[in-house]
Formats: sequence, structure tokens, C-alpha cells
Amino acid sequence: MDKLPHIWCPGCGHGILMRSIAQAIENLGLDKDKVCIVSGIGCSSRAPGYMDFNTLHTTHGRALAFATGVKLARPELEVIVITGDGDATAIGGNHLIHACRRNINITTIVFNNNIYGMTGGQYSPTTPTGELGTTAPYGNIDRPFNIPELAAAAGATYVARGTAYHANQLIKLVEKGIQNKGFSLIEGVSVCPTYYGRKNKKGSAVDIMKWQKDHAVDVKVAEKLSPEQLEGKFLIGEFKNATAPEYTEEYQKIIDRFTKER
Amino acid sequence: MKNNNIKLMQGNEAVVEGAIAAGMRFYGGYPITPSTEIAEGSAQKLPRVGGKFIQMEDEIGGMAATIGAALTGVKAMTATSGPGFSLKQENIGYAAMAEIPCVIVNVQRHGPSTGLPTSPSQGDVMQAKWGTHGDHPVIALAPSSVKEAFDITVRAFNLAEKYRTPVILLMDEIVGHMREGIRIPDASELEIVDRKKPAGNGEDYLAYKVAEGESVPPMAGFGDGYRYHVTGLVHDESGFPVNSNAVADKLCTRLMTKIEDNIDDIVTYEELYMEDAEIVVVSYGGTARSAKSAVKKAREKGLKVGMFRPITIWPFPEKQVKEFAQKAKGIIVAELNYGQLVLEVERVVKGSSDIFHIGKVDGDIITPDEILSKIEEVI
Repeated sequence: MDKLPHIWCPGCGHGILMRSIAQAIENLGLDKDKVCIVSGIGCSSRAPGYMDFNTLHTTHGRALAFATGVKLARPELEVIVITGDGDATAIGGNHLIHACRRNINITTIVFNNNIYGMTGGQYSPTTPTGELGTTAPYGNIDRPFNIPELAAAAGATYVARGTAYHANQLIKLVEKGIQNKGFSLIEGVSVCPTYYGRKNKKGSAVDIMKWQKDHAVDVKVAEKLSPEQLEGKFLIGEFKNATAPEYTEEYQKIIDRFTKER
Repeated sequence: MKNNNIKLMQGNEAVVEGAIAAGMRFYGGYPITPSTEIAEGSAQKLPRVGGKFIQMEDEIGGMAATIGAALTGVKAMTATSGPGFSLKQENIGYAAMAEIPCVIVNVQRHGPSTGLPTSPSQGDVMQAKWGTHGDHPVIALAPSSVKEAFDITVRAFNLAEKYRTPVILLMDEIVGHMREGIRIPDASELEIVDRKKPAGNGEDYLAYKVAEGESVPPMAGFGDGYRYHVTGLVHDESGFPVNSNAVADKLCTRLMTKIEDNIDDIVTYEELYMEDAEIVVVSYGGTARSAKSAVKKAREKGLKVGMFRPITIWPFPEKQVKEFAQKAKGIIVAELNYGQLVLEVERVVKGSSDIFHIGKVDGDIITPDEILSKIEEVI
């Protein structure tokens, strides 16, 4: 707590997302000495500096590659990655899909604020088409990634999405992600009133949270709704919960084959 | 009992043997010619000693995973060649700033760009020194033989652990792929250095606090019960980032001085016929083998020629070069590039001796005869 106040802007959703991770760790009763939080670069990636675990703030986009080294070298550590939409899906996109493919037991929480906040409001791979950024002054023509779909398709075994508004649900999703033996990805939809919100006339931080409340539909509820009823809405909740061989365990089997024979 | 563990192997294979003997228990990398045998050998041997190998999705990830593993307390290495070395640079800078011990092998190949992938070069001398942004010290070592590839790999790990810094093993394709018979020493014959661990409990631990009279802070592994923060940002003694000129100056200066103040411990070199040498041939790595042959032939002809071979390329052996430059009439620098280490020789010699350069960028080696004719030309 002696590191507060944090560097985030007033109204930023990242504090709520960070708290959901800390609460999930607390609820699961994990040993702080055995938790390692890894991040890349960007607004989201400053979170580990405020957390009382083994914390690693790496280079832009590379959090998952560093985390893979930590986890494989010392599998008893609970490795949790905090990354942003740009960090995870632009510069780090390759590391993301390969971490999903390996199914290494790492839990990744993507703080998605739909913008590059730290560099001042440039469009990201999740900025919706047509919206504005400082590098999209005439409207973004890129099509955005759907991060959970990307992760599920690449082989992640636990995939979910929560929001800063639905804080209690997010805690549960992070808990389940940590408990999953394999690669887990939870997208946390954040709030950026300073760059994304202001540039795109989304109103105050409270207005954006209200928007999240009004437009998020739980995936289970959505099953009963018509396409018309889902128009303009986005899904939250648990998208995938599967099992597959976990990477560090598979490697340990190779080690055991040689070391137990003797 | 006499150790008869003599094996015929490549330089690249000797690197793997040396690394495992030094205690390497993690390898993260991406295959690239002509370094591939190092990845293959590590993949085969590491699990047999309880270590881990991972083929990452790219060279950047290989370097990142190596640093992540090193942070948990294991000795970690990656290997690559030219283009891959370029990709690793940002994270090499990270390892220097965050003081994470690790070894990066660069089996140099022809360039620029993909160049001649299977041909030798010594074109990454300056990239090893200046490849990443910002100022930081570099330790780079260049073996000339298969035996040295083993010994110097062990030394690279020892220096990395002792000074908490990335160490570059600057090989070249000649040494990487040449085969020689070497005797693999017993573990008892090797000096192995391990990083200094903190004493006391986790509550009092300041990860970047340096004890009085020392320049390298002790390092706890993640998971050892000392929770702390690691970042590439300028950080205080706790590891937490701070935006302070004074802290930046103190940290970056210490990173430099921890190497500068220990030059004599780090710098190694080989000398041949230097007592009365009027002409000195400076060369390193695979090229030094041609130089040695040329110098011996020159001596047979009665020419007063000597050879100086830096084994530590960075930090450059300034003191030794300055000393012989006072006596020599001429210095010939032979290297497989357009002129890289020769710049360093010129900087150090400062005009006190004539300097000549033999460079080659066609992908072939420099032959003993080419060096001999240059000697005869300038003497």
C-alpha cells in the first residue's frame, strides 16, 4: 500500500480489474510467495508494481513469453499475466496464440480498454471499427479482434469475459481461471474515460460503466435470446471450460522417464 | 583415475556440454542456422539432468523465456545466429537493466540480413556491444577452438552469475561447425560460480540494495520467499520504478562500474611471439587460427611477428593493446567483416602505431596466406 497513489487516471477501470485478481487470490487462499504476476508494457501492465507477490514488469508484448519461462522453470508457482489489448493482441499476438496452443498453466487477464492509453489514445486491435483514435482521426477502418474467440480458437482451455462493472462476477471468473489446469484467458472490459471515452464521446467514467451494465448479456442468458434482442449487445461470462494435457506436466513426464529409470 | 573422456565434437556441441557442466538447466530458443545444433543438443540433454528445454515461437520469445527462467533461480541460456541476435536485442537490454544472469550464444553468420546463412562471419562484434538502446556494459567472449567453446561457455555462465548480467558467447560459424577431439573434464576440475543469494528473511529484502564495498546485489529467485518487483524501468533499491534523475544516475552508473571496476577479472587473451614483435596480428575466434598459422610461417622466415588474440572481446583488452602498440611498428587486424574490432584497436592505439586491416565479406574464411602476404607487405 505504500506505493499508492497509483498512476492510473481518475475513472480508469484498471483498479477494479486489479482488485478482482487480488480478491480471487485471497479467496483461493494462495501462498503469496508462490504467486508470480507478470505484465508487459502499457497502462494495465503497471498493475503488478502495486501487488505484493513476485512481480515482473517486462518488455512490450512479451509478458507471456517471460511468464512461460518462469512457469516452465518453476511449475509450482501460480503464474498470472496482466496485459492490455495492445500488449496481448498486437505486439504480443504471436506469444498469445502459442501460449494458448501449448495449454501451459498460466492465467492471463487482458485489461481491454479498447485504446492505447499510455501513449495517448491511438487505436488498438480492439478499437471498434469507425471509432476515433489519435492515429485514426477519420475513424478506424480496422476490424477488431474478439479476444475470447481468438483464445478459444488457439487452444486455451478456459476462456471468459467480465467487465469492470460486473466486478463480483469477474472475481469468480478469475478464480476459475486460476483453478483451471491449463491456459486460461479472461478478458476484463475496462473503462478509459481519458482517451477512449473522451475521444468517442462516451461520457464520464460512470456513464461508461452504465453502458457496460446495459449492454452486457451473460452468455447463458443470451442462449435464450433472439438475434434481434442481442443486437448491439456483447457477451460476458464463461465461454469455454475444457481439459487438455498441460504443458509443464507433459514435460515433467519426459524428465521422469530418464530420471526414474536409474 | 585418469580421465579419458575424449570426444570428437563440433563447437556447437561443445557449447551444450559446457553449458550443462556449468549448471545450465533451462534453454529457451528458436532454431536458426548455424546455431541449430545448440538447440538440438540442449533438447536432448536437458531433461536427462532434470532441466527444461523449450522451443519458443520466435527469437524474442526465446530470450524472454530465458530471462523468466533465470529469475526463478536456474541457470538459463539461449542460442542464435545473426538475424535472431538482432531480434533478441531489446530483451538483452532488459536483462542488463534488471540484472538477470543469462547466457546468449551468437554463432555469427554472414550478413547483413539473411546474407549467406551457412557461411562464417564476424560481423556482429559491434552489435554485441551496441545492439540494444541505451548505455550498459557488455561482456562478450570469443572462443577459437572446440575445447575453448566448452571452457568459455562455462566461463560465460560464471561471469553472468558473478556480475548478474547477460553474457554473450560470440562464436562464429567456423568454430561452431568445426570438429575437434576434446577431453571433457570431470566436474571436479571445473570452477563453477553461483549467484549470491540473500541472507535474512523476505521481509527485509531489498532486491537491488548493494552491500557496502560491493557492486552486485544478491539475487533471490522467484518462489524462494522473497517477494519483490522486477522491471526494465529505472527502479529504486526495492525494485519499484521511480522517475528520479538521481536514482537513474546511480543505477545506470552502478551497472557500468560493476563491470569497469573488474576488467582484470573479466579480460582474457592469448599472446604468441610477442616479446620482440615488430608486427602484431590481432585476430579472434575462427580467424585467429589462420593468423596463428601465418605468424608461425612468418617466424620461420625470420620475421619478427607476434599474435594477440582477445578472448574477451567486450570489455576490450585496452591495457594490453596500448602496451604492445608502444613497441610495435605495425598492427594488422584480421577479421571477417568490413572493419569492426579494428575501430576499437584504432581508438585505443591513438596513432602510436600503424594499423592495417584484413577484412572479408564474401562468406569465405581469411586464409593463412592472405595474412602472411599482408605481413610481408607491411614489415
